[in-house]
Amino acid sequence: MDTNKIIVKEVSGTVLPLKGNDIDTDRIIPARFLRSITFEGLGEQVFCDERFDQAGNPLDHPFNHESYRGAKILVVNQNFGCGSSREHAPQAIMRFGIEAIIGESFAEIFAGNCTSLGIPVLTASIAEIEALQAHAQENPSEEFVVDISHPHITYGARTIALQINDAAKQALLNGTWDSLETLLQERQNIAATAAKLPYISSFPYPQSTG
Amino acid sequence: MSNNLFNRVWDLHKVSSLSETMDQLFIGLHLVHEVTSPQAFQALRERNLSVLYPERTIATVDHIVPTQDQRIRPFADSMAEQMLAAIEINSQEFGVQFFGLGSESQGIVHIVGPENGITQPGMTIACGDSHTSTHGAFGAIAFGIGTSQVRDVLASQTLALERLKVRKIEVSGSRSSGVYAKDIILKIIAELGVMGGIGYAYEYTGEAIASLSMEERMTICNMSIEGGARIGYVNPDQTTIDYLRGRPFSPEGAAFDKAVKFWQDIASDERSTYDDIYQFDINSLGPMVTWGITPGQAISVEDTLPIVSETSESEREVAKKAYEHMGFSEGQKLLGTPIDVAFIGSCTNGRISDLQEVADVVKGRKIASTVTGLVVPGSQKVKKEAEARGLDRIFTEAGFQWRDAGCSMCLAMNPDKLTGRQLCASSSNRNFIGRQGAPKGRTLLMSPAMVAAAALSGAIADVREII
Repeated sequence: MDTNKIIVKEVSGTVLPLKGNDIDTDRIIPARFLRSITFEGLGEQVFCDERFDQAGNPLDHPFNHESYRGAKILVVNQNFGCGSSREHAPQAIMRFGIEAIIGESFAEIFAGNCTSLGIPVLTASIAEIEALQAHAQENPSEEFVVDISHPHITYGARTIALQINDAAKQALLNGTWDSLETLLQERQNIAATAAKLPYISSFPYPQSTG
Repeated sequence: MSNNLFNRVWDLHKVSSLSETMDQLFIGLHLVHEVTSPQAFQALRERNLSVLYPERTIATVDHIVPTQDQRIRPFADSMAEQMLAAIEINSQEFGVQFFGLGSESQGIVHIVGPENGITQPGMTIACGDSHTSTHGAFGAIAFGIGTSQVRDVLASQTLALERLKVRKIEVSGSRSSGVYAKDIILKIIAELGVMGGIGYAYEYTGEAIASLSMEERMTICNMSIEGGARIGYVNPDQTTIDYLRGRPFSPEGAAFDKAVKFWQDIASDERSTYDDIYQFDINSLGPMVTWGITPGQAISVEDTLPIVSETSESEREVAKKAYEHMGFSEGQKLLGTPIDVAFIGSCTNGRISDLQEVADVVKGRKIASTVTGLVVPGSQKVKKEAEARGLDRIFTEAGFQWRDAGCSMCLAMNPDKLTGRQLCASSSNRNFIGRQGAPKGRTLLMSPAMVAAAALSGAIADVREII
């Protein structure tokens, strides 16, 4: 078994500011790119319909800007990743090169999917996010450091405190963000829990339905 | 303090505490479809793991399947063919029950579960699809997950999850003619916002919810996620029990009586407590239509579109973007706006009662010659029942195309797509930019009856003036 123990305690790199509220996962990765049985290639397709016109010519979009090339930290606004539960969305962002996302707020399923991939998702106030985005726009080559254990971001002489979900923080710092191994350790308790569920023990699905 | 259904179900399924806030939760039913599962099955192979509870795992195909010439294989789209082949192989190799193409039980996963009695009160239900909240209509705790979590459930039948808060949404009053479950949920989302439900499970209750059929309750729970709530549910009652009796996966005889006892005991009661309560009356509710690029941007059909400068600061940027994409003007009415496509179907409104409502509106009439109309039943069983009732003939005589079961133009992963800047009156759940398959395509969400009215008029219309 793959014993994944990659600890995520810090992400450093330049920032890619992406403005806008309610950016949904259909926009992050349009459904036609979900037709593959692997996640390969999604990094090139991220935000495809906003980054390219119908003929494939690049449009003015932060993910296309030369100055943000190689950015590791994505800074977004409110309710980022709403809509479809497709893990393809954080997969595409991750495969583009992003290693941490900071925003005003995140849709729940999207944030959970990020944690499952070892991508820290952190929040800050509207004013702090806007300041961060403005600073990155003016200083696209500046290096930022995101610390997970005492969540904050540092750039130049400034430090902004960030919030992170406690459970996600522990999973990242312990390297247990791939939860499967942890879950499988409870095999006996899993069986015991199943056995006491009335719909399994007392009135299970009829045998004949197979 | 007495717990609500959400907490009772949670406690019953809790396997262990993984941290102060994180629990390991047993998943009573895992529904699987072709799009979000191939990487998960592959991960099991790579780690040499099996599906721990294949008898609690049921797979079907819905997102990518064509709705025309559905059984002609291989599909014209080689990627769709490969994806279909993957779930056929995976379900066989891992011993998972599979409702494939050709099965009389195939269909949209959120329609298949309920109509077969697979979805039952008091269960935890997970599926790699955000509209899993649909199953909450039965008093199940049902939610969407990503592919890594699909892997976790396949291998361990459990998930690492944090308990949500519970908001009771108490709906009073009664609906006037031409107002449907879809209008209730669109109004709730418009009121509470598209992120109002983050961190919450929504419990829908009150006289207006109690009077709804199971299929109507499914429409409401289905769109909980559009309001940011990953979970929405209705407490099981006599309507739930009557619906479940006699379905293929429902218990029978003495076992059914035991089940009813469990279902009744798990429901919230008058002593249950909540983290938040929202009250809402539907006596004056009219048919709702979305005008923008989020499901929260909705108005009553007779109203005018909002003035951007009058909206709250947090809404302004998205409102501007919505006007840019939709090409509408501030302060205009939607009534009379010409449409190009009318889409009836999806896990929100692809059930038999939805199709019946459409048939009641279009019977003996013709849709406008400028409109392409599509009726896509949610499942093979819905299709069969609709044909038994003669609805297919009503649709085709009116000028609609009658298709095979699948998700179709709700998310346009199959050949059913908008083109160019087409404007679609749609009974589906998302009006996101590009959602229906064309980057510049435009979607107006509304009830199936309102879609029917728009199809007949060739433009947005008030169904109350037609029925």
